[in-house]
Amino acid sequence: MDFLGLESYLVAMLTTVGIYAVLSLGLNVQFGLTGQINIGIAGFYAVGAYTAAILTTSESVHHLGGFGLPFVIGLAGAVLMSALIALPIGLVTIRLRSDYLAIATIGIAEIIRLVFKNEDWLSNGVRGIPGIERPLAGWLGTNAHVTLAVVLVVLAVVWWLCERARVSPWGRVLRAIRENEQGVTAAGKDVVRFRVQAFVVGAAIMGLGGALYAHVVGFISPEAFMPLHATFLVWVMLIAGGAGNNTGAIVGALIIWLVWSGTELVTGRLPPEFATQASSVRVLMIGVLLQVILIARPQGLLPERAPRAVGAARGRGK
Amino acid sequence: MIQIDGLSKAFGGLQAVDACSFSVGKGRVTGLIGPNGAGKTTLFNMVAGFLKPDDGKVVLDGEDVTGLPGHVLFHKGLVRTFQIPHEFSRMTVRENLMVVPPAQVGENLIKSWLRWSKVRAEEIRVRHKVEEVLDFLSIDHLADELAGNLSGGQKKLLELGRTMMTDPKVVLLDEPGAGVNRTLLGKLAEAIQRLNEERGYTFCIIEHDMDLVSKLCDPVVVMAQGTVIAEGPMHDIRANREVQEAYLGGGMSGRMGHHHDVARQQAAAQAATLTPREAGA
Repeated sequence: MDFLGLESYLVAMLTTVGIYAVLSLGLNVQFGLTGQINIGIAGFYAVGAYTAAILTTSESVHHLGGFGLPFVIGLAGAVLMSALIALPIGLVTIRLRSDYLAIATIGIAEIIRLVFKNEDWLSNGVRGIPGIERPLAGWLGTNAHVTLAVVLVVLAVVWWLCERARVSPWGRVLRAIRENEQGVTAAGKDVVRFRVQAFVVGAAIMGLGGALYAHVVGFISPEAFMPLHATFLVWVMLIAGGAGNNTGAIVGALIIWLVWSGTELVTGRLPPEFATQASSVRVLMIGVLLQVILIARPQGLLPERAPRAVGAARGRGK
Repeated sequence: MIQIDGLSKAFGGLQAVDACSFSVGKGRVTGLIGPNGAGKTTLFNMVAGFLKPDDGKVVLDGEDVTGLPGHVLFHKGLVRTFQIPHEFSRMTVRENLMVVPPAQVGENLIKSWLRWSKVRAEEIRVRHKVEEVLDFLSIDHLADELAGNLSGGQKKLLELGRTMMTDPKVVLLDEPGAGVNRTLLGKLAEAIQRLNEERGYTFCIIEHDMDLVSKLCDPVVVMAQGTVIAEGPMHDIRANREVQEAYLGGGMSGRMGHHHDVARQQAAAQAATLTPREAGA
């Protein structure tokens, strides 16, 4: 592989990692901080991607809109729409405990995907929405480096917001809910309100990830929002990186995407008659990796650490 | 301070609390005792808003608060602890306490993003308050320890500490002494007494340790089979026949045929807990 080929491969790979890292950060708010098991990441990811696509593409007879709005409005719209969809879902499912919430969210993600698959007027059904411009293409052109830079800037902002959220009293209440809900009620906090907020904030971040995906790839269809890529991999990333640790969520996205891409090299060496099984073998390998992590290092590569207490630096040297 | 009036709760066919009435006087330390299964914790759960009563009324400081959720009652000055400590295991002792103060600015996520200097200033205030509480309970050396690593007794102190992070009117303590060693128990009793005398907290305490009850509580309310069977100062309670029978198992021993002697022995052993043990044991 020549240098330019390798470089463009790396740029594309880091862009994908950046999008996954955003999803992983969204899951960290829900699972890492609050302990909510959302197995419907794909649903909010899809809502964000379709919202951005409909808002920013030029007018089409095949789907709703497009409204030809700028990239940034598309992102904001994606965040808002995922939050709006997550709010009623959160209110209905919030009383469900862990495994029941998991089952409910799987169902909800499938419903969302099927709506996009079947409602032609909205999303052009299985034919999908093409022609989504690269981020800021009108201003900075369609250079892949620009796309990567935009994704990394968005990721940095999301990381900062998540980290601030984690160390704030808000995040402290969420972590306390994860540890013991009744104890939080006894401390005078409205647990339901905080749980809904965490669910909505996490879903909004996932929607933002979806919007980035739509602009990076340029074409979306319901196929892209199957649970394997959009939910399962994100979970492995967060658990591998370290649930509860925002930096871990990003590191996990990087490492697991490298491994996932690496499995393609392995399955590529299989004899041609196994070609159809190859994709399943990749999933199997990631599944085994997840088991190994859960047994050998359940806290992940970067375990959760208590936020340094505000004002602790001054005074006593600790 | 609290009037409990005809409070009832059934779980399926089991009438856990049956038309229970008594009151907790302002500035007093009221003890709530009774054999296992008498319905004490269920009663606490209803009073503190963790369980909806089937029937009856709870009046807090003149206001009907029946059926209000626990987090609302907290803001009305009614705070509780749990029989089994409900600490936040994977958070430090300091963080466990910092969760408690009501209406923190930084509990609003948007304000934590946009008004950090304000949040920060408040965090520093809350932190000082934590240090005061840890000093009071003399567990300041544990501030940065994960709460899950504390001993059972230390967790009980942490539970009590959480009630001190706000300014409650009434504190319901569910078996603060259970599983706590003698030395720590002395510390706990002293803390409760000081909070009562120096800060005017009203307490209602469920406790099986009769030494602790007679040391701290006046009056003492006795529950058996879901209702109040006696109420008064500890020395009257000790002499009360009905109370002794409740602990002895009521008329059961008479109906147990050839197990009669065994039942008698068990009953005598239980009754012994009603009489004060020698101090310093």
